[in-house]
Amino acid sequence: MNEIPTHIDFRTNVQHVPPHIPASIRKATTKFLGTRQAVVDVLGDERWQALRQAAHDIRLHTLQHLDHYLTRLEEQVHAAGGVVHWARDAAEANQIVLDLAHEHQVKRAVKVKSMATEEIGLNHALQADGISVMETDLAEFIIQLAGVGPSHIIVPAIHLTKEDIAQLFTRKLGVDAPPDPLKLCEIARTRLREAFLSADLGISGANFLVAETGTLVIVTNEGNGRMCTTMPPLHIAVVGIDKVVPDLESLSVLLKLLPRSATGQKMSAYTSFITGPRRSEGEGGPKEFHLVLLDNGRTRILQDDVTRETLLCIRCGVCLNVCPVYNNVGGHAYGFAYSGPIGAMLSTQLLGMRAAADLPFASSLCGACAEYCPVKIPVPEILLRLRRRAMEGDALERAVAPAAITSGARLGTLAFSHPWLYEFGTQMLKYVQAPLLKNGWLPNLPPPANRWTLARPFPAFGADFRAWFRNRTPQGRAREQQRKFGIGVIAAGIVALAAFLLARRKKDER
Amino acid sequence: MSVRAQLFITCLGENFFSDTLKGMVRVLERLGVQCEMPEGQTCCGQPFFNSGFQNGALAPARQFIRVFGKTDGYIVAPSGSCVDFVRHHYLQLFPTGTPEHARAKEIVARTFEFSEFLVNVLKVEDVGAVFPHKVTYHASCHLLRGLGLREEPKQLLRAVKGLELVPLNEEETCCGFGGVFSVVYPEVSQAMMQTKVNNIQASGAEYVVAGDPGCLMNIAGGLHKMHSPIRALHLISVLAAQ
Repeated sequence: MNEIPTHIDFRTNVQHVPPHIPASIRKATTKFLGTRQAVVDVLGDERWQALRQAAHDIRLHTLQHLDHYLTRLEEQVHAAGGVVHWARDAAEANQIVLDLAHEHQVKRAVKVKSMATEEIGLNHALQADGISVMETDLAEFIIQLAGVGPSHIIVPAIHLTKEDIAQLFTRKLGVDAPPDPLKLCEIARTRLREAFLSADLGISGANFLVAETGTLVIVTNEGNGRMCTTMPPLHIAVVGIDKVVPDLESLSVLLKLLPRSATGQKMSAYTSFITGPRRSEGEGGPKEFHLVLLDNGRTRILQDDVTRETLLCIRCGVCLNVCPVYNNVGGHAYGFAYSGPIGAMLSTQLLGMRAAADLPFASSLCGACAEYCPVKIPVPEILLRLRRRAMEGDALERAVAPAAITSGARLGTLAFSHPWLYEFGTQMLKYVQAPLLKNGWLPNLPPPANRWTLARPFPAFGADFRAWFRNRTPQGRAREQQRKFGIGVIAAGIVALAAFLLARRKKDER
Repeated sequence: MSVRAQLFITCLGENFFSDTLKGMVRVLERLGVQCEMPEGQTCCGQPFFNSGFQNGALAPARQFIRVFGKTDGYIVAPSGSCVDFVRHHYLQLFPTGTPEHARAKEIVARTFEFSEFLVNVLKVEDVGAVFPHKVTYHASCHLLRGLGLREEPKQLLRAVKGLELVPLNEEETCCGFGGVFSVVYPEVSQAMMQTKVNNIQASGAEYVVAGDPGCLMNIAGGLHKMHSPIRALHLISVLAAQ
């Protein structure tokens, strides 16, 4: 995904999801959830819950003292021989990378999978400047060939089957690619090997930044991360400021949770710790190491005491795997690099309501994500706060609700806060619905309620419990008589008023 | 002194689940609970709150605490979602230190979902119901995750004479209702509902039971549309059967 979207229309995107998507996504997410459960069960629920709480506390503490830990991180990266750059937004981050690339006459860059660089559209910026960029994570390599963004934050090509990938390789690489995962890997591996050897720049993100030691931590399974960060003479890491952790002890807690939640692994195949560039000519590794610390709206997210917990996220992707919405629509429907529940929270805040007000509503608030989240992000609470921001506005943004919706809500609150009006309404609806009733159901309602009947019929209105309950006692019966009389008077009044208005209109017409 | 229950009938309950509400009174009275129906109740305000109109939710919520603040005894509702909302959002709606906050706090402490009230407050599992049918259970999200009631509804079902409880694949996956979600994104809601209905049909049950009117409207509508012989019932309706 190289363009930063200015408006996301979730419903339209959903309507264009290819029909095979839910099945292929579900196959993969079910597998991940199964392996995850197995490794969580080994630890036992009590231990797991304690780890989650510890991780939540560590992450929240870090966010509350972000200035301190970032300063410490900068000092330590500097002490290890690296250079730290601060980027306010996507444009600044891209420019920093471009300037460094120019300075080092970079022609070819290789990349480790990174959500931050997807977020800022770095590939697009580099390519527009004539620098070739190659994604080296297998799935990123595939979607780069396909020319689309990631459809899952840890499994970017989750929407493609092995047959799709074989076709793509045949078409784009001009080779005879069979739909065999091993053969497909070999084809990619040959290309990647050439790229690693000839690249003059390696670009990565990071899973964590350790403030105490100035260490960049990258969790991967393919080994491409090590190739990208050690083979080329220049290594640039673009990392969100939210990725900092205080020290190695806190890191060890998070590393217990990340691979288990993400892929159901106790540990990923590679966990790389990178502290600065090489220290002498004899050592391996890049000559220069640059760390670009990306804000891009993160400090703004910190300003809201509920939604700031979005930044606790360690990008494990389990919220996507367990989300029934994500499983039915896939990642591309969310219109930006981040998808699923984390996308609904993060994209909305990074892009703003004008672009992404659809996303906080793309959830049934079932809460499965919050139950699985390894750092205990209260996802439904955050989505509710963002819905409020969209509809009523708050200290950070103005409301973007259409006037018709705001008026509708006002009318609703009026009826729901005046019991007589409410009770009158419940009784009237029983009569008003008559022409639309079919076998005790309302199969077709007029707009906007047709949004419900598109999917299934609406049940018939049938409020009679209050009358039933009141009629059980003499006092209640008297009250019920009064109420019936009241409703009769109001209804007669409405009919009389309608008749009067109609008659007057007829007279005016004449 | 007998236990008193103030019936919080909820807006969906009142409009679409009249028989369930009558069943609630029968079951509670059978257990010796004295039922009262506070006049003037409308809706807890959740539909507004969840649609983003959180200031808008204040007026119905105020009405709720005005009505129920005058009562005493337990407040019991046939809906996990409404109780979850009252329990977990009312204190946040009314600023700390205001009289409304204090009243809300007092109300929250005595508001219970029906199965929670029976199993955890009254300590009853067998309510003397008879329902000789094959039944499967759908765990409503707010009942399950919001209130943490994983076993209580099933404990009640297992105690029903003649009832055979059969497992439901993906029992804890959302049915796609989600309140405003179902009308904002009907296509996604429908896909989720379809998965749920397919699982229900595969369970071999004659009835699917849940504890939340919202889910039941959605699931029952889905079953009706597919001309399925399986019926969706509120847990209370099963417990009221004799």
